[in-house]
Amino acid sequence: MAQVSMTVNGKAASGEVEGRTLLSSFLRDQLKLTGTHVGCDTSQCGACVVHVDGVAVKSCTMLAAEADGAEVATIEGQANADGSLNVIQQAFQDHHGLQCGFCTPGMVMSAAALLKDNPKPSETEVREYLEGNICRCTGYHNIIKAIMAASGQDVGAIAAE
Amino acid sequence: MYNFDFEKPGTVADAVAALGADEAQALGGGQTLIPTLKQRLASPTVLVSLKGIAEMQGICAGDDGALCIGGATNHATVAAEGGAYPALAATAAHIGDPAVRNRGTIGGSLANNDPSACYPAAALGSGATIVTNTRQIAADDYFQGMFTTALEEGEIITEVRFPVPEKANYQKFVQPASRFALVGVFVAKYADGVRVAITGASNDGVFRWAEAEAALSANFAPDALDGLSLSGDDMISDLHGTGAYRAHLCGVMTKRAVAAAA
Repeated sequence: MAQVSMTVNGKAASGEVEGRTLLSSFLRDQLKLTGTHVGCDTSQCGACVVHVDGVAVKSCTMLAAEADGAEVATIEGQANADGSLNVIQQAFQDHHGLQCGFCTPGMVMSAAALLKDNPKPSETEVREYLEGNICRCTGYHNIIKAIMAASGQDVGAIAAE
Repeated sequence: MYNFDFEKPGTVADAVAALGADEAQALGGGQTLIPTLKQRLASPTVLVSLKGIAEMQGICAGDDGALCIGGATNHATVAAEGGAYPALAATAAHIGDPAVRNRGTIGGSLANNDPSACYPAAALGSGATIVTNTRQIAADDYFQGMFTTALEEGEIITEVRFPVPEKANYQKFVQPASRFALVGVFVAKYADGVRVAITGASNDGVFRWAEAEAALSANFAPDALDGLSLSGDDMISDLHGTGAYRAHLCGVMTKRAVAAAA
C-alpha cells in the first residue's frame, strides 16, 4: 500500500492505495465520488472520463498512483458555484442529450475537454471527438446538439429530434 | 489484476535500475498494458512508470533535420506539436480516441509492437531510429514480428528520430469496433527513394512492401501501383476480414496514401 495525494475538484484528497488500484476505483470507492461511472472497464466506452491536469483521460485505464500529485476534475465538480447546472449540463437537459444517463458523466467531461481546446467546434469535430464515448440510448444526435448549443452555436440545422 | 508495486523514477538511470528487479515491467501510458493486466495476461511484480522522466518528454528538431520525439511523449502532444512532420502528426491525431491519446506514448506503442498499431507503420515507413538507453536501432532492424522487437529485457525507448520526408501520408482503414487499423499504410517519399510500410495486415506484424517502393520510387503516382498485389496467404484472417481482403486493402490504401501525400 502506498499513500497518494491529489487535488480533486479543487479539494485536497488522499488515501492508501495498492499498486493496482485504478483511478476510477479510488474516486468511487475511497472518495465516494460515484458520478464517475465504469461501463466497460476496457477503455472503450468513456463513461469513466475525468480530467487529469486539464486533459480528458479514461480513469478506468489509469492507476491511482499515476495521478499522485495531479489536479483531477470529475463530474461532481462541474456544476456552478451556486449548485445550478453548468452550461454543458444544462444543454444536455435542454436538448434531451441523455436517456438512462449512464454515459452522461463521461460525455459531459469529454465535451468540457473539447470546448476548452476548441470553443466553436463543427458538428463533425464534435462527432469525431466523441469517438471514445459510447451511448446506447440516444443515437448521439441530441448529445451532439447539446454540445453545439453549449458552445453557443445555432443548433436549428442539426438533424434529428 | 494481480497486485504489483508501483514506481515512478525521475531519470532514465533510475528507471533502468528499477527495471532490473525480477519481473519488473515498464509502463508508458498504460493504454494497452493496463487492459492486459486486467485480463491477467501479465503479472509483473513491479510496474515502473516512465512518465515522470522529464528527459523523455517532448519534441525537438535534431541537428540532421530529423524530428526527435521523447519516448514518453503522448500521442496528443505529437498531434499538436509535430507539425514539422505533418503526416506523422496526422497519424498520431487518429490513434485511438482523444482520452487514449492523452495517455498513450510513442515509446509504449513501439515497445508493444501491436500488429495493428499505427506508430509501427510510421516508424518503419519513415526509416526512423529507435533510441534506447543503450543504443540506436534502425527501424528496419527493430520490428521482428507480431509483438516482437529488438528490445532487450529492461531496455527503454528514450527517443524516436524521424527523418522528415519530402511527402508522406498515412491511410488507415479502421476496424470499426477497436478503431485499430484493419489495414494501415504509411507512404513516405525521400530524396533517395520511397518507403511503404503496412500495419494491420500481416501475421508477421508491420512490414515494407518492396515492389510498391520500387514502383513508386520510379514514378510517385497512384497508377504506378497498377498490377501490383500482395498475397493474402500470410495475412491476418479473422471475423473482420480474410487474408485476401486485407491483401486487397493493402493496394487500395497504398494508392490512397500516394494520392494524398503532401
